[in-house]
Amino acid sequence: MKVVSKETISPEVEPIDPAAVKQELLRKVPTKVARKRAKQIVINSLAENQDVPEIGANTRTIPGIITQRGCTYAGCKGVVLGPTRDIVNITHGPIGCGFYSWLTRRNQTRAQEPAGENFMTYCFSTDMQEEDIVFGGEKKLRAAIQEAYDLFKPKAISVFSTCPVGLIGDDVHSVTREMKEQLGINVFAFSCEGYKGVSQSAGHHIANNGLFTHIVGLDDTVQEGKYKINLLGEYNIGGDAFEIDRILKDCGITLVATFSGNSSYDQFANSHTADLNTIMCHRSINYVAEMMETKFGIPWIKINFIGAEASAKTLRKIANYFEDPELIERVEEVIAREMPEVIKVRDEIRARCQGKLAMLFVGGSRAHHYQELFAEIGMKTISAGYEFAHRDDYEGRHVLPNLKVDADSRNIEELEVHPDPERYRPRKSAEDLARMQENGFRFKDYDGMMREMAAGTLVIDDISQYETERLLEIYKPAIFCAGIKEKFAVQKSGIPMKQLHSYDSGGPYAGFKGAINFYREIDRMVNSQIWTYLKAPWQENPELAAKYACD
Amino acid sequence: MRAKPQPYVSTTNACKLCKPLGACLAFRGMEGAVPFLHGSQGCATYMRRYVISHFREPMDIASSSLGEKHAVYGGGPNLKLGLKNVMAKYQPGLIGIATTCLTETIGDDVPMLVKEFVRDFPEVIQEHGSPALVSVSTPSYSGTHMEGFHAAVAAAVAQLAAQGLPHDGIALFPGFVSPADTRYLKEILADFELQATVLPDISLTLDAPALVEYETLPSGGTPIPAIRALGGSRAAIEFGRTLEGQSSAGKVLHDRFSTPLHALGMPIGLRETDAFFSVLEALSGRGTPVNHELERGRLIDAYVDGHKYLFGARAVVYGEEDLVTGLTAFLAEIGVRPVLCASGGRSGRLAEAIRDVTQDLLPEPPLVREGVDFYDIAEEAEALEPEILIGNSKGYHLARKWGVPIIRVGFPIHDRFGGHRTLHLGYRGAQSLLDRIVNARLEAKQEASPVGYSYI
Repeated sequence: MKVVSKETISPEVEPIDPAAVKQELLRKVPTKVARKRAKQIVINSLAENQDVPEIGANTRTIPGIITQRGCTYAGCKGVVLGPTRDIVNITHGPIGCGFYSWLTRRNQTRAQEPAGENFMTYCFSTDMQEEDIVFGGEKKLRAAIQEAYDLFKPKAISVFSTCPVGLIGDDVHSVTREMKEQLGINVFAFSCEGYKGVSQSAGHHIANNGLFTHIVGLDDTVQEGKYKINLLGEYNIGGDAFEIDRILKDCGITLVATFSGNSSYDQFANSHTADLNTIMCHRSINYVAEMMETKFGIPWIKINFIGAEASAKTLRKIANYFEDPELIERVEEVIAREMPEVIKVRDEIRARCQGKLAMLFVGGSRAHHYQELFAEIGMKTISAGYEFAHRDDYEGRHVLPNLKVDADSRNIEELEVHPDPERYRPRKSAEDLARMQENGFRFKDYDGMMREMAAGTLVIDDISQYETERLLEIYKPAIFCAGIKEKFAVQKSGIPMKQLHSYDSGGPYAGFKGAINFYREIDRMVNSQIWTYLKAPWQENPELAAKYACD
Repeated sequence: MRAKPQPYVSTTNACKLCKPLGACLAFRGMEGAVPFLHGSQGCATYMRRYVISHFREPMDIASSSLGEKHAVYGGGPNLKLGLKNVMAKYQPGLIGIATTCLTETIGDDVPMLVKEFVRDFPEVIQEHGSPALVSVSTPSYSGTHMEGFHAAVAAAVAQLAAQGLPHDGIALFPGFVSPADTRYLKEILADFELQATVLPDISLTLDAPALVEYETLPSGGTPIPAIRALGGSRAAIEFGRTLEGQSSAGKVLHDRFSTPLHALGMPIGLRETDAFFSVLEALSGRGTPVNHELERGRLIDAYVDGHKYLFGARAVVYGEEDLVTGLTAFLAEIGVRPVLCASGGRSGRLAEAIRDVTQDLLPEPPLVREGVDFYDIAEEAEALEPEILIGNSKGYHLARKWGVPIIRVGFPIHDRFGGHRTLHLGYRGAQSLLDRIVNARLEAKQEASPVGYSYI
C-alpha cells in the first residue's frame, strides 16, 4: 500500500470545490453557530490591489466547540513571561494553572555563568484554598512574595492572577507595590485572569503592558555595538533563538534584548537602548514595539527567521535599515556562506516532497511563517489558520483602522504612552524615514498571512476539532501542523502531524541551520514507511481522491 | 479537615494536579462520554494538553468558554449552548459536566442549570439520543485531581444508578489506574468468571489501537446501561486505603442500595494483591485460576532472586496517596526501604495507611508527608540519602540532582514513551515493577563502575 500523496491522485477527477468544503464544515452545527463560523472560514482570493477577503477573527469561541485556544493567563504567564529565566513568577490561584504552565513549552535558556539564575524549572503557586477564596488571598500572596525573596533573592518577582483572583477582588497590584517598596526589588503583577479575553492573545497584550510599564527603560547603560537591535516575539522553542543569535553575531549585529526567548530581566531593562526593533511574532508582541517607538523613538520592522530565504531577506532588511555598506557586505558574506549547504539539502529533499500538501493551524504567526519552509521544499499550503490572531495578522495591518472594538478588546487596557522627555531619541530623522520609505523600505508593516496564500485555499480561524477531522478526510494532506492537543487525533487519521508549538522533540527550525533541520524532519515524516501500516478510508476508496481548486 | 500548618507559604513544584482534571479522566472512562468543563476555556485546553502528552491519545474536553461578562452575569446560557453543541457534534452517550474555580467562585448552580436544560430542551436531548447528563462539583481550591476523579465516579453512580433488579454482577471501582492496569483487571475478572462492571474503564478510550477510520468518540469505556444497573450489584470492590471517610462510588452504592462494599488497598505487590484475590475467590466461589497462581508463584521466585540487589535500598516514593500506599507496601516486601512517602494530597489518612501496609515488615515506619510539593520533598529527602526515586516524571529533576535512578510510575509521565502502558497492579504489575527497579539498580551500579563489568 502506498501513502496517499499528490502523485497518487488522478488528474481527471473533479476538483474539490472549497465552497463545498466550507458547507460541509458548517453542515452539522446549529444555524446560529454556522452563521458565526461562516465568517471565520474564508476562501482565499487576491484582488488586483492585493486585497484579500475579510475574515472573522479574535471573537469568542463558541461554547461546546473543542477549540485549540488557551486563556489569558496562558498567554501572559506561559507565553510571554515564561521564557525569562531570572524573574520569579508566582501564579496567584489554585494549583492547576501553575502546574500546567510549568515548563511545558520547551522554551530553552542559557543561564549566564557563574551566578546564572534560572527559575524556569520552578513552578511557584499560592495554591489557593477554600479559605483564601472566602476571606481573600492578599495576605497569602504577600507572604508568598516575601518567601520567594527570602529563598532566592531574585532581581524581580512577578505575580499572575488566575480566574478566582479577579472574582474575589484581590488587589494584586497594591500588594506588589507595597512589596516592591518593602523589599527594594522590582515586584509587579499581571491581571491576566483566564476569562478576560477571547484567547491567549489578551494575555500577550497584558504581558506587553506589564513589561513596558515595569521593566523597559530601567537601565540606561549603553552597550558597545554598532548595530543594536531587539528581537521581539521570538520564544526560543527548541533553540531557535540560539541559531538566530549565531547568525546575528556572525553579521556583527548586537542583540540587546529578546522578548522573550533566552531572555533575562536585565535585557528587558536595557532594551530601549537598541536602535531597531525587529518583530517575529507580530501578534504577541507588536504592542511593546509600538510603545517603544512612541516613548523612545525606536522604529520597528517585521522580520522572519523561519525559512532560509526569509532569513536572508530579514538580514538584508536589517542591514538596509542601518544603511551601512560594511554591514550590507558582511550580511551578504554570511548569506553566501550559509546558503550552499541549505540549497544542497533543500534540493535533495524537494525531489521527494514536491507538490505534497500541508495544513497549518497554529499560533498567531507560525501558521504563516512555516508556509515559507514548506514552500522551499516544494510543498503547498492548502489550508491554514491561526488559533488566536486578529484580522491584521490575516489580512495585513492596513485593516487596523477598521477593526471593530468589542467588549472583549475593551477589557484590555491600552496604555497611554508619550515621548520620554529625556530619552526620546528618534533613530532616524523624519527625512530619512521618508526617503527610505520612498525607496521601498517598509516600517511598521505586516501584510498578514492571506496575501501570501494561493487563491482557493481555505483560511480558517480558531479551527475546531470537528472541522479538523473533516478537513483531513476531504483533503488528505501529506502533513498537518498544530499542537500536542491535535497530534494524536491527526495521526490516528493516518496523517503525519508536526507540532509547531513545541516542535515535538526537535528544533531549532529558525535560521539557516534550522531550515535544514526542518526540511529533514518533514522529509522523514511525509516519506516515512510507517504510514503504510495505517489504512485510511480514502485509500480504500480511490474515488474520494481529487484535485484542488487552488491548483 | 483543616490543613496542618505548612513550612512554606507557596507551593513550589506541586506534587498534585487540579480537581477538574481528575474528573475529566474519570468521565473519559465512561462509554461515549464527553467531559465538559464549565468555566474559562483555558482549563479545558491546559488539561487536554497534559492528559494527551501522557497518554498520546486524543482527548476532547468541551468547555462553556466563559468570558468576563459571563463571570458577572452567570454562565448558564453558555453552559446550555455548549451542551447543545456537544450533542450535535458527538451524539454522546454521556456528558460529564465538571465545574472549575471560576464557576464555583461565582456560584453557578450547575445541577439546577442542568435540570432547566432538561426541562427546556427535551426535543434537543431526544434528537441526539438522550445522552446521560452527570454533573460534579470540582473547585480546584479544595482537593487534588484525585478528589476530582473520585467525585466524578461517585457522581456518575449517584446520578445514574437506579434501584433495579438485583443481578449477579459486581462493581469494581479501581480509582485512577493506567489503561494497562484496567485491561489486566478485566482479564482477572474474566478468568474468575465474574460478571463485573469496572468504572471507569480507560483501557480502550485512552489506549486505542490504530483504526481504519478515526473515531470522533473513542470506543470503549464503561457502558452507560451498566452504570445504571449498578444499583442491583451483589457486591462492590473499591481500591484506595485513603478513601476511608471520603465520599466515593462504593459508599454511594452501599448507602443507597446496601451493596456490600469490599474496601481494599490498591493491589500493588504481593499482599495487597492477595487481599484482592481472596475477595474475588469469595465472590466467585472458586479458587484463583491456575494462570494467576503461576504468576504469583513466579513473582515470589523473582522476589527471592532480586532480593540481593534491593535489600536496604533507600527509596523516596511520591504521587497520589493510594498509589504511594500501594507502592510502599510492595517496596517493603521486596526489601527496599522506603524512607519518605510523600503526596500532594491531603486526605489525613496517608500515615495510617502506610503504617497498616508496612508495620510487620519495616523495623521503623517511613517518614510520611501529606500535602507536600517537590520543594518540601527535596528538603526532607536530602538528609535521607535516597538511592532510588519512584513516582511520576515531575521528580526527575531531583533524581538528576542526586544522581540516583528514577522509576517512572503513575501520572504524568511526559519524558518517557509508553507511560500509559505502565502496569502497576496485581502479580503481573509487581513483577514488572520489580524487574524495572532491579534493572535500574544494576544499571546505576554498572554505569558507576570504573571497570564496567557486563556480567553482574
